Parts: sequence; C-alpha cells; structure tokens
Amino acid sequence: MSRVRVLVGTKKGAFILSADAKRKKWEVDGPYFEGWEIYHLKGSPADPDRLYASQSSGWFGQVMQRSNDGGKTWEAGGNQFMYEGTPGPHTWYDGSPHPWEFKRVWHLEPSRSDPDIVYAGVEDAALFKSTDGGQSWAELSALRTHESASGWAPGAGGLCLHTILIDPVNAERMFIAISAAGVFRTEDGGKSWKPTNRGLRSNTMPDQDAEVGHCVHRIAMHPSRPNVLFMQKHWDVMRTDNGGDSWREISGELPSDFGFVIDVHANEPDTIYVIPIKSDSHHFVPEGKLRVYRSRTGGDEWEALTNGLPQQDCYLNVYRDGMAVDALDPCGVYFGTSGGQVYASADAGDSWAPIVRDLPTVLSVEVQTLA
Amino acid sequence: MIKVVLPANLQTLAGVGRVVELELPAPVTQRSILDALETNHPALRGTMRDMVTKKRRPMIRFFACEEDWSDASPDDPLPDEVVAGKEPFLILGAIAGG
Repeated sequence: MSRVRVLVGTKKGAFILSADAKRKKWEVDGPYFEGWEIYHLKGSPADPDRLYASQSSGWFGQVMQRSNDGGKTWEAGGNQFMYEGTPGPHTWYDGSPHPWEFKRVWHLEPSRSDPDIVYAGVEDAALFKSTDGGQSWAELSALRTHESASGWAPGAGGLCLHTILIDPVNAERMFIAISAAGVFRTEDGGKSWKPTNRGLRSNTMPDQDAEVGHCVHRIAMHPSRPNVLFMQKHWDVMRTDNGGDSWREISGELPSDFGFVIDVHANEPDTIYVIPIKSDSHHFVPEGKLRVYRSRTGGDEWEALTNGLPQQDCYLNVYRDGMAVDALDPCGVYFGTSGGQVYASADAGDSWAPIVRDLPTVLSVEVQTLA
Repeated sequence: MIKVVLPANLQTLAGVGRVVELELPAPVTQRSILDALETNHPALRGTMRDMVTKKRRPMIRFFACEEDWSDASPDDPLPDEVVAGKEPFLILGAIAGG
C-alpha cells in the first residue's frame, strides 16, 4: 500500500508527518534541528530516502543537512556558497546599489534522475548546483551575471531565488523565479538565461510592463505539460501556455489576487490551487476566513474550498513554499500556516483536516508519495 | 584541558554537550580553539566565523574571564585561567530580540 511523507520546515525545526494512503491517521516525528529555521526540505524523486534540508540561523549562518534513510538520521553537508568571481551590486530598497551577499538557502530542488544532483536557490539571488549529494556547491553564475541583474531589488522577504522547476523531459531546461526580479528560463542547464515575464504588470515599478523586476511569489508546473506554468505574483494569478514567452491573468473573481502559494493537482493538469491573502500590507487571509481556492479550468473560474477550514476569526498567512500535493488518487493537497497548522485534504480539496495544529510557523511543506 | 562552552544551537548541530574539552599546544588563542572545534566537529564550519575570511560572524560573541574577547585579535593569547581549564572559553549567540 502506498504511503505519504509530508516534510515540514518551520521557524524552529523540521517535522516529518507520515500516513498510509487513506491519509487519516498520522505519525508526527520531530522536531529535527530544533531551534533552527528550516526554510525547505525536499526528497529526491530518484531515491525517496535521500532528503535534503536547508538549516539556517541569523546567528550561526547556513547549514545543509542530508538524510539517506528518509529522515531518521541526518548528516551535515557542505555549506560553502561562494559566488563566482567578485559579485557586483544589485539594487537596494531605496534604489541605491547594494553588495551581493549570501544569506541563506531558500529552496532545494533535487534532480529527477540522480539523487546526488541537487539545486539550491539562495538569497541574495543565485542558483547553486551540487553533483556530489550536497557535499560541495558551485554557482551557475550566468543567472546572477545576467545583464539585468544590477536592477534586481529585494522583495519584503529579501532578494531570494525561491522556485526551481526542472523540465521533466529535458533536465537542461529549467525555470527559476526570483523575488523581485521575475521568472528566468534556461535551455542549456544554466549556461544562459532568458527573462520570461512578458504579460506581467506590476504597479510597484515605474514601467509596469518591464521585462524584469516583477515580484513573482511562486510558479508551478504539471509534469505532463512543461510549457504550461501557473504563477502567484505579488498581485495577480497568471498563466503561460508557451513556456513563459507570454503570460495572461487568470485571477477571475478571487477575493484577493495577492498570495504566495500556487500548486497543480497531481492527476488533473488544469486543476490548480491558491490561497488568497488580503494584501501585501496585511499578510493574512481575507474576511477572517481560511479558504483554498480551486480552479478546474486552468484559471479564471474559481471555487472556495472551506470544508474543515476555519471560517471566522482566522488571520493566518501561508508562505510561498507552504503548499504541496501528493500523487495518489484522489489527489492529496497539503498546506502549512504561519500559525503552525498543517492542513491536509485527501479528496483534492473538498474537505480538510489538520494533521497538526501547534507547530512553529510553517515555512515549507513538501510531500513524497512512497510505494 | 581547555573547556569551551557552546550555545544550545551549536550543541545540537555538533551533537555534543554544553562543554567541549580541547587539548591544545601553547599559545592558546581564539583561532586555535576555533580551528580545533571545526576540525573535531566539521558541522560547525561556518557557524562561528566565515569559512574563507575567518572573520567572526556578527552575532557571535566570545567571552573569557569576565571579559569580552569578541573584538580582540584572534591570535592574542587567552588568559592562563582558560589555558589551565579553570575558566571556560564562552561562545555565545548575541542577545537579540525579546
């Protein structure tokens, strides 16, 4: 019987939640790395027992962790993230030049085929790659040295590379997203990058249609359609059908088109999920109601999913890496909140129940579907 | 035997208790203590000082014998009481927040 393993990163440690395919009874293991911020942990598709974790602290810096047994034991890996050459400045909040400085790893994306290959998206924005299971890291510097990079500016969370999508057919083709620069695509394994933001409009920039500078919060892809991407931008939910060459808005009648997470149903490529947040100055859900919105039409038309979710006096946020889906049928959907709850739906969002209610603030949620 | 006191987060990272004991040749300095800690516990590399420049991380402090050694030269000899193991060399995360 299949099982699922939910990997939860929080502000004060990591947790691993496990259940069988019914997804009703859960085991909770952790905290691992207690007291440390775990921005992200993710398993290798090629070897599900190989897990990678980003462990960090404002005091003690960045530590990388690796497990070879599904999270039972961990070992520290290489934590030297050196920008190639002498990095030039990016743009600071006030418009002044600011030196490029490594702060932390936001997101880890293991290769689909080789458990020893893993990518790391970092703040200040850059992409690193390890080919030795996380023991050493080398920058794919063509991204950070892109001609537009001196104009990249941090979002409220910092100048972070937070999303890495690897084309399931062609591993040389990847999409990354940076807040606040936008989406970039490589066709050659990171040797060159092209900004792919046409169609995005952001009123936080003097040129609202500029090619680069958009605060993209998250992008998502269904593995069967690598040219179709969905985006939760700072404001606006967007879609592209041509690999990012052009985007169109699909926000429809959402109560707010601000938010962080977006994800795609594992078995229905046109079913997508978002969690609207009231605004960039509120950072909590609208009207005191925690609602997941689902579109079964690839956008534009949305339905509120509320069964089992608090519908009054709720003022939570869900951060950009905080939603994931499993590969079972019916599809399981999971998300973690700023209040420490991890909610699960075993019926594609029709009903929800908390797996845990009182963890530290949840920074990331990933799911592994195990044979 | 030199006694080094680690903050809680580094204890869990290195898998050690509050006090780590080190035997070091003279002269005993901040640098020789940190070098030995990182050699014996590689997971600590980069958590107390920059891996390349060896500069102290901004929110790490070093105390010994009721004195703040954080801004002293890393090559200054530490007090005899630390060398003799009568007083610990304290590594702390700076107080920040509430």
